[in-house]
Amino acid sequence: MNESLLINISIALLFLPLLGFATVIFLGKKVPKIYLFEVFIVGIALIATMALMFVKLAYYQSHDIIMAFNWFSIGIAGMKDSFTVELGIKLDNLAVIMLFVVYLISFLVHLYSIEYMRGDKRYNRYFAYLGIFTFSMLGIVLTHNILMMYIFWELVGLSSYLLIGFWFEKKSASDAGKKAFLVNRVGDIGMFIGIMILFTHYKTFTFDTIFAQMALGNIPFNSTWVLTATGILIFMGAVGKSAQFPLHVWLPDAMEGPTPVSALIHAATMVAAGVYLLTKIFVMLTADAMLTIAVIGGITSFVAATIAITQNDIKKVLAYSTVSQLGYMVLSIGVGAYAFAFFHLVTHAFFKACLFLGSGSVIHSMHHEQDIREMGGLRKKMPITYYTFLVATLAISGIPLTSGFLSKDSLLAGTLAFGKLTGHWLLPAIGFLVAALTAFYMFRLVILTFHGKPKNQHKFDHAHESPFVMAAPLVVLATLSIFFFYTPNPLSAGDGWFISDWVKTPHTVVPASAAFDFMVDHSAAHSAKAINNDAHSATNSSEAVTNKSHSSEANSSAHGEITHSELYTETMHWAHYPAMFASLIVAGLGILLAFVFYQWRKVDADKLAESIKPIYKFSLNKWYIDEIYNATVIAGTLVLARFLSLFDGKVVDGAVNGAGHTTKFISRLGGWFDTFVVDGFVNFTAFVSGFIGLSFRRLQTGKVQTYLVLVIFSVIIILLVIRPF
Amino acid sequence: MINVGLNHFLIVSGILFSLGLYAVVTRKNAVMVLMGIELILNAANINFIAFSKFGNLGLTGQVTALFVIVLAAAEAAIALAIVLNIYKTFNNVNVDEIDHLKD
Repeated sequence: MNESLLINISIALLFLPLLGFATVIFLGKKVPKIYLFEVFIVGIALIATMALMFVKLAYYQSHDIIMAFNWFSIGIAGMKDSFTVELGIKLDNLAVIMLFVVYLISFLVHLYSIEYMRGDKRYNRYFAYLGIFTFSMLGIVLTHNILMMYIFWELVGLSSYLLIGFWFEKKSASDAGKKAFLVNRVGDIGMFIGIMILFTHYKTFTFDTIFAQMALGNIPFNSTWVLTATGILIFMGAVGKSAQFPLHVWLPDAMEGPTPVSALIHAATMVAAGVYLLTKIFVMLTADAMLTIAVIGGITSFVAATIAITQNDIKKVLAYSTVSQLGYMVLSIGVGAYAFAFFHLVTHAFFKACLFLGSGSVIHSMHHEQDIREMGGLRKKMPITYYTFLVATLAISGIPLTSGFLSKDSLLAGTLAFGKLTGHWLLPAIGFLVAALTAFYMFRLVILTFHGKPKNQHKFDHAHESPFVMAAPLVVLATLSIFFFYTPNPLSAGDGWFISDWVKTPHTVVPASAAFDFMVDHSAAHSAKAINNDAHSATNSSEAVTNKSHSSEANSSAHGEITHSELYTETMHWAHYPAMFASLIVAGLGILLAFVFYQWRKVDADKLAESIKPIYKFSLNKWYIDEIYNATVIAGTLVLARFLSLFDGKVVDGAVNGAGHTTKFISRLGGWFDTFVVDGFVNFTAFVSGFIGLSFRRLQTGKVQTYLVLVIFSVIIILLVIRPF
Repeated sequence: MINVGLNHFLIVSGILFSLGLYAVVTRKNAVMVLMGIELILNAANINFIAFSKFGNLGLTGQVTALFVIVLAAAEAAIALAIVLNIYKTFNNVNVDEIDHLKD
């Protein structure tokens, strides 16, 4: 396979789900079985994706493939203020891995939905929506410029809205859809402003060109402050999409959508798009921006974890756990542990999709019961669901031999190293606390759902293991939660191919003064020169060659080198074992506590909750964040709206009505004038003509003799007047 | 014996013309109107001859007078034909009652 073939395959992969969407949406009413076409398309695409990923990772590992073409140009090329907007595809290691993750989970969810959604009256439309979602998500993954990313960013927002509100007859579902859409808009405004700052300065949307310019020291408006602001503004998009505090409120509500959708969009792929965006802009983040991101991520993971402890809805617990894990990833980006953030994204996508699909399996068999207080004892009845759910739970809790342990442990090591290097010890502290909380609430969920005695005998009797198409995805995803897909050493991710070969931390392009010290490699004397050369060639190549696929030699350096300073590498080594032991201890502690509370019932959880009622209530009510928003933002908006409506009613309408009245008055005046003056004049003219006509009519007797007399008199008069003699 | 000159002729011709005109304007019978026209023509003839006699113009005036007489005859023939047609249409020849020109 050569490069152009890879690009062509990736373009086909991008548009295949769109084809599925169009086919299913247009033929859905006529051909009841058309949804199978969509499933088939995604299945075929998954196979192609595996081939693509294999080739990219095996043969083009440190070699990114870019294809771009001019979309449109404004102005004359070379003139001031002229620019060209490009569309393009960039295949780097992250993109192909994400491509695989998206397609795999999308395919499994398609498969799963065949059974889960059976009997729904909008069955075909559901699959069409899944298709458009997959298309939009792939657009984000494959794009090489931030404008296209923004377009697809909004498209996933749309498909998310459509799928959350899929059962729109339910008020709560349609409300949740609107909430998700609006909350995302808030973040997107920031992202848009950030994009516009970049565009205003660089006259391009292409990531590589922008970063190449930055590496040359050409930063927006020549101010690191603006660069920081730009980073944070673009991060706002991720705050919305990845449900970071304080915009996380939409994600738990999004659980109103069908459960497979929650697994695909609101756990594994779309919400990870924010983190993926952060990996894209990672190189342009300044120290301040990174610290902001880390703090937001830390707060998010902590807030969500504390809320998840007390939730009783199986999907709500998983939703908050998703928010918490996304907070982890963002935190990880913020502390500079780029590769581990992406690693956690991938592992989390698999085990969280597994958890969601498992919960869907439980909900399906319990006749849409979602309250874990009504469940219990399902272990015997649903063994496949139980064991896959358990594996995924172990993974998310960070137990060795699972993928979650690898990613979480290295992520926590990253925060620990960050703490040691910069003195921000609170961030690793929060990280470990959240790890304990995660283990606790996940095992609480498992124990309450699957262990113990059934609490609702009637529903329990109904419960049954799910059919093959629902169980198979669970098994696949649970298998992918095992360590050996990522590394041969179950204790260290760094030894594995995922971290050491595939995902390399790119070189920061921020001026050294604005970046964290440990991000800049001081020891490499050649680095500055190398960057300059790379930047030059990158600029040249992206300017000169746009219309055909080309490999960017320059970009290979962006992903080929580990560019942290030696100090950072040393600190990471130092942090590795403490982080591992600490995370093991906190995870074990969390699991132990969960067993003490809910399995062995040594301590009565309800009594404990009663004794610390304010805290319990605070957590149960989700920190009252929704209430705060209701009281401030929403109430404020309503007050403003009411005021504006009043203003509209009184002032604007008054002005309009006044204008109307004035016009009416003037027209009445005009009408009066018309009737009496203009018409009068016309009538008068007619009357005069008539009068004259009447008088002259007498002369017209028709008698020749009269005429003759007149002629004679006329002649006499003329003769008298002219006097010719 | 008064010496008869041009003026006398012109006076006679003027009187004749006036009488003719009067007849044309006042008579009700179409035939009478025609006779008035004849008087007018003859007044003109007198003028031609008088000017011919006193104006040293040769015979031109007299020839013209002869021509007018012929013309009058032709005119009378046509006019009488018209009157006959009028009579056929209106059952009388009273010019007062023929006012179709009004329409």
